[in-house]
This record gives sequence, C-alpha cells and structure tokens, in this order.
Amino acid sequence: MKLKVKAKASGGVVKVKMLVKHQMETGRRKDKKGALIPALHLTEIMAEYQGSTVFSTEVGPGVSKDPFLAFYFKGAAGESLKISAIDTAGETGVVDVTIK
Amino acid sequence: MKFSRRKFFTTIGKGAACLAVLSSLPSVVWAKWNDSAFNATDLSAAIDAKYPGMAIEDSEKVSLKAPAIAENGAVVPVSVKSDLDNISSISLFVVKNPSPLISTFNLSKHSVADVSIRIRMGTTSEVIALVEADGKLYRATSTVKVTIGGCGG
Amino acid sequence: MRKIITICTVLAAFSVASASANETQYDKLVAEDGSKFRSYFQNKFASVEMTDYINGVYAIDAKSREQWEEIEEFPPYELSIDEGQELFEKPFANGKSYASCFSNDGVNVRKNYPYYDLELSKVMTLELAINMCRESNGEKALGYKKGDIALISAYMAYTSRDETFNIKVPNQAAYDAYLDGKKFFYSKRGQLNLACSDCHLVAAGQKLRADIPSPALGHTTGFPVYRSKWGGLGTLHRRYAGCNKNVRAQPFPAQGEEYRNLEFFQSLMNQGLVLNGPSARK
Repeated sequence: MKLKVKAKASGGVVKVKMLVKHQMETGRRKDKKGALIPALHLTEIMAEYQGSTVFSTEVGPGVSKDPFLAFYFKGAAGESLKISAIDTAGETGVVDVTIK
Repeated sequence: MKFSRRKFFTTIGKGAACLAVLSSLPSVVWAKWNDSAFNATDLSAAIDAKYPGMAIEDSEKVSLKAPAIAENGAVVPVSVKSDLDNISSISLFVVKNPSPLISTFNLSKHSVADVSIRIRMGTTSEVIALVEADGKLYRATSTVKVTIGGCGG
Repeated sequence: MRKIITICTVLAAFSVASASANETQYDKLVAEDGSKFRSYFQNKFASVEMTDYINGVYAIDAKSREQWEEIEEFPPYELSIDEGQELFEKPFANGKSYASCFSNDGVNVRKNYPYYDLELSKVMTLELAINMCRESNGEKALGYKKGDIALISAYMAYTSRDETFNIKVPNQAAYDAYLDGKKFFYSKRGQLNLACSDCHLVAAGQKLRADIPSPALGHTTGFPVYRSKWGGLGTLHRRYAGCNKNVRAQPFPAQGEEYRNLEFFQSLMNQGLVLNGPSARK
C-alpha cells in the first residue's frame, strides 16, 4: 500500500498532508455480470509522533478513491512522524517521514 | 502545484526515501472499526451508533467548509475547523449517502482542530460535521449540490 | 490602452517565438491560424490571462477553480508520477529501457510531441512513441487510454512541466495532417450533430446542463489527466473518445490517424503556452 506524506512545521504546529493509493471499493458497485464487487477500502489511518498516537481517522467507503487527508498537531521540525493505514482486507502500509 | 524541474529531481529522491511498505505492524494498535456506525443506512442510526445518547446543538464555533456545488460528486473537498475546547472527535456525515457516516477524526491533546478530507457524494445532500467535546456534540451543516453534467466521457 | 499594448506585446512575442530560423511557409500559415485562434478567445474572455488557458475550465469558472485549487494542494496524480517513474525506469526483458528510445534519455522530451515524423509520414505522439519503443524491444504494446501508458506518459509529461511546445510543420504532408485535424475540430458529428468547435469555441464558458465547456485554447497542455470521474489517469485520446461518445458519435480508435491529427492541430494552436501535465480535472 503506497502512502505519500508531506509534513511541515510552522510556529510549533505541524501540518500533515497525505495521499494513500487505494481504490476504496464501496461494496455497492456491480460488475458487468451484475454481481456485487466486494468492499475493499481503508478503515483507519494513524499518526504517531514521539511514541504516542497524536491523531487517527476512521474512514469508510464514503471517502474518495486515493484518499487525501490533512490534519494539524503540535510538533517540531526535524522530528520523525509515522503514518500507518489499514484496510478491510487487513493490508497495511506505513511511512516514516521527517517533519520539515 | 508549482514545481521547477530541478527541484523535482531532488525531491523525487527524497520522496523515494519516504515511501516504504510493511505487511505487518505488530507495534500499531488499530481501533476496532465501528462497522455498525459506518454501515448504518440512515443519519439518525449512524449518529446513534457512533455517539449514543449524546445531545446535539448547532454551534458557530464549528466551521464546515464545503463547496456549494460539487464539481464532481466522486471527489468533494471538505474541511472542518473548530475552536472549542477539549475536542475528542469530529465526525462527518452525508445525509443522503447510502451510508451517511463518512469518517471520524480522533483528536489527541496534541491536535489542532483542523481537518480536511475528500469525500464521495451520491446526490445533492446536507453535509454535517459533529464535533464531540466535553460529552456533547456541536454541529455545523452545509448543503452541497451534486449535479448531472453535460460532458461525461 | 495598456491592455491593448499588453495584448499586442503578447501576440508579438508569440509571432517572434515562431519566427525562428528554418521556419517553413507551413509554420507561418499555422502561426497565422494560431494568432487568430488566440485573438478569438482573448476577445471572448477579456479578463483571462493568456497563461491561464492551460488550466482549462478553471481559467473561466471561479467556483470550480476553488475546488480544483484545494485538490491541487496535494493532487492524486502525484501518486501517478511516482508510479510512472518506476515503470519508466524498469528495464525490459532484454535489459534495455525506455531511455534508450528517446533523446536525452526520455527526460524532458514530452514538449517535442506530437511531431510530424518524416520517415513514417505520420504524426507521432508520445504514447505512440512509447509503444513503438516497447515493441522494438520485444515487449507487448500497452492499451492507449489508461493504465501503464498513462502512468509513463504522466511521468514523462512531468519532466517537461513549465516548458513550451516545440512543434514544427516541416512539409506539405505535415501541413495536410494539420489541416485534417483542423477539419475534424470544426466538423459536426454524432447524433447530437456537434463539432468540437460548437462547444469549445462557440459555447466555451456557457452552460451545458451543469457543465461549462472549456476553451479549446490550452487543450492538451495538461495531459494525461487525473479525472475525478475516472478515479484515475487517462490519456488525451481517451478523452477524445469520451467526448465523441458524448455527442453520440462513434469514437475513433485511440492513436488512430483521426485523433493523432486532431492532437497535432490542437497542440499547434497551443504554441507558446506552457506544458502542465499531468493535471487534475473533474
């Protein structure tokens, strides 16, 4: 699972923007034969900073394909930020970035 | 997105260093996905499943930004800000979606209450942001029109 | 008055840009057409800067521009560029790679496409060149509308971002291809009996149900495009086919002569405009 994260600090607050490559299949679409395509979408995205979870998002099929998320937390440049994501199939992705 | 070519090449290098995939993460503790809330098919059931028994009031301290007319219902940029104290979570609902609960943002004491996301809307609908703070829910609502265009393709 | 001087300076700059050495009579004819094309739109949309036409409908519709700018903060095609680069750099089974087929190792060459290939006597587009590279190295050709071809094209387009098109019309045959594309642009087709020009020249800026057709000037600069509707990338010819279906016309094959000549015509009308691929659209 590909995650792309940009994290920038300004005045003690870190702005995080991220994209996850994911089809976010809702489970409501039908294929050409009329059968339901099973749901396959992210369920949670988590941000860890200095050993604790500073932010997390639970998501469902109502989130757009290739999900985008932006959030803010108190932190500093030069520190490390870990972002993880998991989907309905249990597949996970993780990225470690240095806050700019 | 402004990006000179020279800057692009150095950044692609950094970007490559930033991308990694692991198939198992023993150290992460995932929340149990609230499937009763996410699968609820009407707004009140979704709110009840997510925030059972909590009082809701409209609040000017919750600011929900969404377009008046969505350019495309598949990708609608939405953001929520609030200057209320002690916010523990923010949830977004699209009233007319088959599953109204879209997402829940769980804030920590390190958070700043400002979140943005891109959502799917099936049809013209109210979008509701509920901010959970000190055991109560504070609400902002915005109507977003979703139209049938003239140029599919 | 200042506006007239500005317009004249911009137009003069465009004509100077094309009046380089080795300019054929055909280059001059096409440049004249281009000048008229630009003037038409400048008169129609007096407040739009020439440089903004590369942004399509967002140059003329403020409300959708706001949403597009929000998406541009971190657009989904950034994932595509990374994927495209990986595909571009991956060697073929025979050990060679795409770099061996293009000048400058394939970096910043997108601005040279489409061009009239004198040997093959046809318009060569970037996607066609990508597949020719594959086939000459023993690989299967890719589909022309989406998937890997769009990803590779997206990466290559990104390396030409901020460059201007550099397209010549070297001989009569090339000029004929240009005229063929021009004729296609202005010909009515389909059950709805509409020409490209009906929507993108005459009705640009007006409402088509809930959509506003973009000005034809600037079309092609931002391809391949990540469309919200597609939930992914698509090539220019994918869009052409879709547009033809919209007027209930039978679409032509991607990378067939009709669409390549149309791309040639449209790209020549964009001379002087800056490339901004890949881009995001609704």
